[in-house]
Amino acid sequence: MAAPVESSGWFPALAIAVSLLKCLFINAYHSTDFEVHRNWLAITHSLPISRWYYENTSEWTLDYPPLFAWFEYGLSQAAVHFDRGMLVVENLNYASPATILFQRLSVVFADLVFIYAVKECCTTVREEKAAKDLLRRPCFVLAVLLLWNFGLFIVDHIHFQYNGFLFGFLLLSVARHLQARHLEGALWFSIVLNLKHINLYVAPAYGIYLLRCFCFTQDNTDGSLRWRSFSPVRLVSLGAVVLSVTAASFGPFVAMGQLPQVLSRLFPFKRGLCHAYWAPNFWALYNVLDKALSMLGVRLGLLDVAGLPKASMTGGLVQEFQHAVLPSVSPPTALLCTLLAMLPALWCVWRRPCGGRGFLRCLVQCALASFMFSWHVHEKAAPASGEHRRDAGIFLMLATTGHYSLFPLLFTPAEFPIKVLLMLLFTIYSFSALRNLFSGEGSLLHPLEALYLLGLVAVEVLCEVVFPLSPWQQTLPFVPLLVTSVYCALGVSYSFVRLYVSLLTQEVTEKTKRL
Amino acid sequence: METCTLVSMSILLGVLVRWGVSFNSYSGAGKPPMFGDYEAQRHWQEVTYNLPIQEWYFNTTDNDLNYWGLDYPPLTAFHSLLCAHVAKLINPEWVKLLGSRGYESPAHKLFMRATVLAADLLVYIPAVVLYCCYLTNGSTNKKVGTLLCILLYPGLILIDYGHFQYNGLSLGLTLWGVLGLGLGWDALGSLAFSLALNYKQMELYHALPFFCYLLGKCARQGLTGRGLFSLVKIAVTVLVTFALCWLPFLSDPEQALQVLRRIFPVARGLFEDKVANAWCSLNVLIKIRSILSSDSQFYLSFAVTLLAITPSSLKLLKTPTFWQFKLALVNSSLAFFLFSYQVHEKSILLAALPVCLLLNDLPLVAIYFLQVSTFSMLPLLLKDGLLMPYAVTSLAFLVLSTHLLSALERCTEAQLRLEGYRRLAAWLPAWLPRLDLARIIRRKFYSSLVLMVGLSVASVALPPPAGLPDLFPVLVSTFSFLHFLGTFIYFNIVQLSTPQGKQKTL
Repeated sequence: MAAPVESSGWFPALAIAVSLLKCLFINAYHSTDFEVHRNWLAITHSLPISRWYYENTSEWTLDYPPLFAWFEYGLSQAAVHFDRGMLVVENLNYASPATILFQRLSVVFADLVFIYAVKECCTTVREEKAAKDLLRRPCFVLAVLLLWNFGLFIVDHIHFQYNGFLFGFLLLSVARHLQARHLEGALWFSIVLNLKHINLYVAPAYGIYLLRCFCFTQDNTDGSLRWRSFSPVRLVSLGAVVLSVTAASFGPFVAMGQLPQVLSRLFPFKRGLCHAYWAPNFWALYNVLDKALSMLGVRLGLLDVAGLPKASMTGGLVQEFQHAVLPSVSPPTALLCTLLAMLPALWCVWRRPCGGRGFLRCLVQCALASFMFSWHVHEKAAPASGEHRRDAGIFLMLATTGHYSLFPLLFTPAEFPIKVLLMLLFTIYSFSALRNLFSGEGSLLHPLEALYLLGLVAVEVLCEVVFPLSPWQQTLPFVPLLVTSVYCALGVSYSFVRLYVSLLTQEVTEKTKRL
Repeated sequence: METCTLVSMSILLGVLVRWGVSFNSYSGAGKPPMFGDYEAQRHWQEVTYNLPIQEWYFNTTDNDLNYWGLDYPPLTAFHSLLCAHVAKLINPEWVKLLGSRGYESPAHKLFMRATVLAADLLVYIPAVVLYCCYLTNGSTNKKVGTLLCILLYPGLILIDYGHFQYNGLSLGLTLWGVLGLGLGWDALGSLAFSLALNYKQMELYHALPFFCYLLGKCARQGLTGRGLFSLVKIAVTVLVTFALCWLPFLSDPEQALQVLRRIFPVARGLFEDKVANAWCSLNVLIKIRSILSSDSQFYLSFAVTLLAITPSSLKLLKTPTFWQFKLALVNSSLAFFLFSYQVHEKSILLAALPVCLLLNDLPLVAIYFLQVSTFSMLPLLLKDGLLMPYAVTSLAFLVLSTHLLSALERCTEAQLRLEGYRRLAAWLPAWLPRLDLARIIRRKFYSSLVLMVGLSVASVALPPPAGLPDLFPVLVSTFSFLHFLGTFIYFNIVQLSTPQGKQKTL
């Protein structure tokens, strides 16, 4: 918007503007995650290290890896100056104004990592021709889509989490890999892993990529692997980086022999397949299919009503339950499905010549695969995947659907305008900007896809306006969540399949080109 | 990117910021027995819904005028009535006669905030969009940049969505009036402005420029021919609008008189509280309130105000162009703010609106003034618990406006319209140092920013010294007064020195 001369001032302006906007929502609704983090501040500040993973005064026990606990410990040193009351473990649900201010500001400041990472990503974006208009430059578009990301904004700064902070490290490691600074990238990734172990799902992508591109130093002329060029030194240095970070994080707990306890806290497989609100992944569709089939079976007299499992999947609690018609799913099964879903992507990275783009695609694919098939996925895992370039159309589908699936997180009336306004802002911008970037290559979206996205509006009106005023509000209160989840699951699954198709067809064309 | 997309994104951002501010506290929250402006508005809904029109402005057992009696013209009352009908549908407890005093709840707050947003969406925001699209110069990006900056002006957002008022309605109607005049639809413009006058009597600050501009324009067209016809058309429009608004009160002269007595409370004194105008600042040095009688105070302020607005109004009468009109709006509202009777600090918004309209033409000075105007309301905002939104919106406005409007680059002397000074300087003797006004203004801008930040932090963090409990509000108001006076002089120079031939087309 400024004259073309001002080419460097736009990034700080964007970053400052979004940070200030985040500060405006300090007094908005916050979820139980707020209490979770307050509890962790209290635990890490007031208790000795040996008690951190044993403490369970509050139901929100420490279930992130130790590096995050150290992070909370660091925060608690600053928290002392705001309100000592929040650091008392017994003060459950303590939420004084100073506490709210401190915690919200900590998220905003932690986002500095994310902002720095976005800056690094923007510098690695290559521009074929520098557009005169700032608004049309890919790095500008990328910066806006990342910094002003709807999902991160809603989940981090209203619902309350530290995803921006974590995603910042992930993004930084990706940027370093794209800049061919692999050891540094591995360092950042190890840090992310030790901050939130859910990032294990992209570890295979990293592992395969680094093995292929970093440990094997040269390729043959046709791009295939030269086995002789394996460099043990590099492998060892990689291993050293990863192990040292993990040692710094887990070290004290291993020394105290608490590793089993820590692991049991980190991987609570006792929880059910789906959370109370179903993440829009494959299992949501699976559950619905199962329910539909069982209802059909009862209608047709094929099944006995008494024989059906009593626990309802659509109840509000997180429970273990059995499926009625389709085979029940257990944690190992879910893991197997996830790994199977990731395999083609990993194979692609192994086969094709080194390139940052390939790695990025594989990363996204793995992230999406794990979201699709994992055990007990929270809907918040969705914002992690978002890649652009030629997959702009898929990105639009996935981003819009994924963002809409976050709507049930903010269910209070006062926050309703915020989520609608932000969603509109982000969606209008992403459609417009990507259309400008790829103008002349035809429409980004297939008409059916556009219809599906417009359907989201209908779903929203139905769930938040029509349904509460209807007579079924009392008897079937779970219907809006169900409808939202299943509808979004369709979109997400579709994007997943399309991404894979795009990845594999590219692989085939690369191969034919080489032949 | 298409204009449509950019405009809609700016609007969305503007609304988002407004709603974000609305999460914070409002005036008088949790402070019985009187509470604040929020309770006043709720009370007016109660009064207008439950009582017949004849009793709205009178002191009766059901309507205690000492508890937030109606003191705005009839259109405000009708607006409150409309809101009350909606309130009754949602929860009758909110407007129960005598039973809903001091009613506070999250749902009620949501409702009240929503009424402000609805008024903004219907009146103020469309006016701003149309103004930026049709009455500003420059590329699309520049227009949208101006739009975004006007929408993000902190003062209006903080008062309407924080403290709680409906300034967006009255200022929006005035803006529609400006739009009408700018596009050549004088009758419609007069209609809109008459509505604004009937919503808040403070819009009288803007009345003289409207009058002079229209009169001057009609005179240009020939007072015996087309001009007379236009004049009559405008006069009839204004009279009919007033008549319609005051219709229920015209049956009985006592009714009309009582309304006038309520909206012009001449008994209340030269000023209340600390406000950044001439009298309050003068009071720091000489206690005029005790020296002069109440009548003399009134006549003094009347005389000085008249003196202050005469040059600008005469110039506008002589050369009725749109550019002169905009400048006259600024000068008139500033003159009234600085020298008039019973001015409240929120009245600076009446000067801020015309300055917003000049953001595109004189960015640095406009941004400077708008920042100081927000800062001048700091004591009020602190009392309402609005420190965080104040800090955030002021910073955001500063960063975005200087960036989008390239304010710090566009400040040569010509761009600051200081040709008048240059001509004056040519007359001065050679030994007087010739000041580089552009650089001076820029330096003052930076130093004022530092001072504002410093004073803001001090007001919050430091306790005032024992003997001077009002030290910080006085410092804030004096600082603001000096800046407003400087702005007043500057805009007068710009308006009066615009040469006859070189008029802007708008």
